[in-house]
Amino acid sequence: MTATGNGHVMLRVRDLRKSFGDLEVLKGVDLEVVDRELVFIIGPSGSGKSTLLRCCNRLEEPTGGTIEVDGVDLLARDTDINAMRRRIGMVFQSFNLYPHMTARGNVTLALRKVLRKPRAEAEAIAGEALAKVGLADKRDAYPSELSGGQQQRVAIARALALEPKIMLFDEPTSALDPELVGGVLNVMRDMREAGMTMVVVSHEMQFARAAADRVVFMDEGVIVEQGPPEHIFAAPAHRRTREFVSEIQRH
Amino acid sequence: MSRWERFLDSFFNAEVIAAYLPSIVDGFFLTIYLALLIVLAGIALGLALALVRSLQVRAINLLIVFFVDLLRALPPLVIILIFYFGLPNIDIRMSGFVATWLSLTLVLAAFSEEIFWAGILAVQKGQWEASRSTGLGYLQTLAYVVLPQAIRLTIPPLTNRTIAITKGTALGSVVAVAEILNQATTAQSFSGNASPLMLGAIAYLILFLPVVVLGRWIETRFAWRRQ
Repeated sequence: MTATGNGHVMLRVRDLRKSFGDLEVLKGVDLEVVDRELVFIIGPSGSGKSTLLRCCNRLEEPTGGTIEVDGVDLLARDTDINAMRRRIGMVFQSFNLYPHMTARGNVTLALRKVLRKPRAEAEAIAGEALAKVGLADKRDAYPSELSGGQQQRVAIARALALEPKIMLFDEPTSALDPELVGGVLNVMRDMREAGMTMVVVSHEMQFARAAADRVVFMDEGVIVEQGPPEHIFAAPAHRRTREFVSEIQRH
Repeated sequence: MSRWERFLDSFFNAEVIAAYLPSIVDGFFLTIYLALLIVLAGIALGLALALVRSLQVRAINLLIVFFVDLLRALPPLVIILIFYFGLPNIDIRMSGFVATWLSLTLVLAAFSEEIFWAGILAVQKGQWEASRSTGLGYLQTLAYVVLPQAIRLTIPPLTNRTIAITKGTALGSVVAVAEILNQATTAQSFSGNASPLMLGAIAYLILFLPVVVLGRWIETRFAWRRQ
């Protein structure tokens, strides 16, 4: 299944480099993601996939290269990074909900303080976003009262409420108990069907096969190979891809 | 006179108590006034320093750490005496009240800066990242996400430290601040009887025991289940 729309490039990464001290984590990465595309990034730990994702909203400052989101140069001096970030949704492995706020408080904070929406409007938007992730009845619950899967869905609602142009998922299900993974993946599937552009770092192979337009395999700071999921999982061209795919399919 | 009567006569002498109770009450209110000024200024200054420190400007941070360590290492009485007896030599004069207030305010600021700073550091990096990723700025993240969590963490140690330092108002007695202990020792030397000291001790209990109990209550009130 492919749902890519008009071919408008939503994310364009060119020759991206990132070093931590002497350690070069990204060694020149090129990646384009078009509107409504769902791209999966896989690779062994330390391959740079999370760093790539985190550079795409400048949670990490790249050492070199360029990143454009919806045609705007993310690294340019005169780019308002806060204005860009609210259009780049980010979902973290560890959810990172604000523990001192309810689910609704978590979702409304940026609506009120960044978009300056009045309380009533922000709460209406938050209610809708929480309904989309199936948690309309949990809006007054604190994070500590929610399961991991519910927390991650609130985190998705928090990003979704800002109407992002693209959503970045950094291992969204790897901190979850197996029985809670499905709920999060269902939400991501709904988002895809609603036309969201998504970049997902994850090893959920079944989900990738069913939902991804493209799978990117990274190793040692470079993109080794990319293509449709059936190609990457069934007939990878590179030895390293083959080894990695057979390794994770064994589990 | 039996031992018991001698004990009562020395520590709870009705005549002495009646004579000096008014001055102890005056000292009591002056102590409250001084303590409140120390707590307000000390904690506000400590928080301000911690916020400045969070901006991570190297030169400024070295300066903050230097003064904070200095103030934490010196006995508060030494600072009071330097301010009161030392500074007049370079034509800076202050009353005993101001010297005591300023010294204890600086000491409380130093300790509370460390406590607030530890609280800010204890908030997970992911909280900053989540907030910044939704477009909130640095100061907004600090104000709405990090500080509310940091301050909850700081309340128990801050309460303890604040109580310890405000009890230091008793040090003002050596630089002629007419607070509880000063009134009590003056009365004790005039009367030749220890009852005013007992009154002073009772005044301290009336003042600080509720604060200690309140601190315990705040501690449980602000604890919330960690995720």
